[in-house]
Amino acid sequence: MMSAMRRGLTSAILAWSLADIGAAADIPPDDRRSGTTVMGPALQAMQNDDSGNPAGLWLADGQALWDERNGDADKSCADCHGAAATAMKGVATRYPAVDPVSRQPIDLEQRINLCRTTRQKAPALAFESRELLSLTALVARQSRGLPIAVAVTPESRPFIDAGNALFHRRQGQLDLSCAQCHDDNWGRHLGGAVIPQGHPTGYPLYRLEWQTLGSLQRRLRNCMAGMRAEPYAYGSPDAVRLELYLMWRAQGMTWEAPGLRP
Amino acid sequence: MTRPLINVPKTARRGELVEIKTLVSHPMESGYRPGLNGQIIPRDIISSFVCLHDGKEIFRATLSPAIAANPFLSFFWVATTSGTLTFQWTGDNGFSVSESVDIAVE
Repeated sequence: MMSAMRRGLTSAILAWSLADIGAAADIPPDDRRSGTTVMGPALQAMQNDDSGNPAGLWLADGQALWDERNGDADKSCADCHGAAATAMKGVATRYPAVDPVSRQPIDLEQRINLCRTTRQKAPALAFESRELLSLTALVARQSRGLPIAVAVTPESRPFIDAGNALFHRRQGQLDLSCAQCHDDNWGRHLGGAVIPQGHPTGYPLYRLEWQTLGSLQRRLRNCMAGMRAEPYAYGSPDAVRLELYLMWRAQGMTWEAPGLRP
Repeated sequence: MTRPLINVPKTARRGELVEIKTLVSHPMESGYRPGLNGQIIPRDIISSFVCLHDGKEIFRATLSPAIAANPFLSFFWVATTSGTLTFQWTGDNGFSVSESVDIAVE
């Protein structure tokens, strides 16, 4: 009985790994779905109600920070950019983007910190700090409803490819790649939860499990811990390349930030 | 930076049922969770919420440790007269936040 079960299990694992070699196909553009669509109607309503989505609290803080003079330059974001609602429209859909100075991709959080250190001459904000999340949420909110549009250029292409390789690389004690869940098995269940396609359409987003707003990098670290893999450090090149690949993979999808997830 | 979000219609007709939605920033630490050092994190919750209309109480709620962070409270009120709605949250460690919104009832 036990050995039959073990044999069954082994062949199931074997069949899965064999299937994986042939499969691992990208999701056709028309089949792409935001994680919003696998949430129940109550959570969707909570996400779309500005007075019910707790991310609103961060947006209010973000607006205050936007207008606050800071650093040795004694400048606020508004002093250079004007109103966030007009100046930041569409910006979040284009990040991560290749920074012309360092020639490396940087995400929205890093872009905000770059502005702080070079223009405001203020210290960089810590990843996942309330201040950085608030400002990122404020900027991200201004692009809601717009299509994701990361630049695909000779400069960004190598980093998108690097992110692609990371997405398909097996890692961790479970020897899983991102693609095995989010390309090959989306829509099926992992425990009680539906496996989403993993499109980063709503970050930073409020996760009920976290009881706070969090960044895409935090979410990726979460996934990697679940794979028993070593999570990428915040701001590490690998983390940003993976973010860039995910945004490229969601190219054209509707931006929903700040979103809400269970 | 504790800034509550309040959603109340600016105007209402007399006798109309008005939905009031509130959201406040608070960790609602239950007092039962161990922290990274294994020690229990002390309780830090909002224990009481009151809504007043021109100083007269129209809604009250007692909050418990089982309520999630950043509590959202929504309730209904039959619009009577124009006035000021005052919202007060009080809790552990001297937490006290108050916010007022005007409503015009025609």
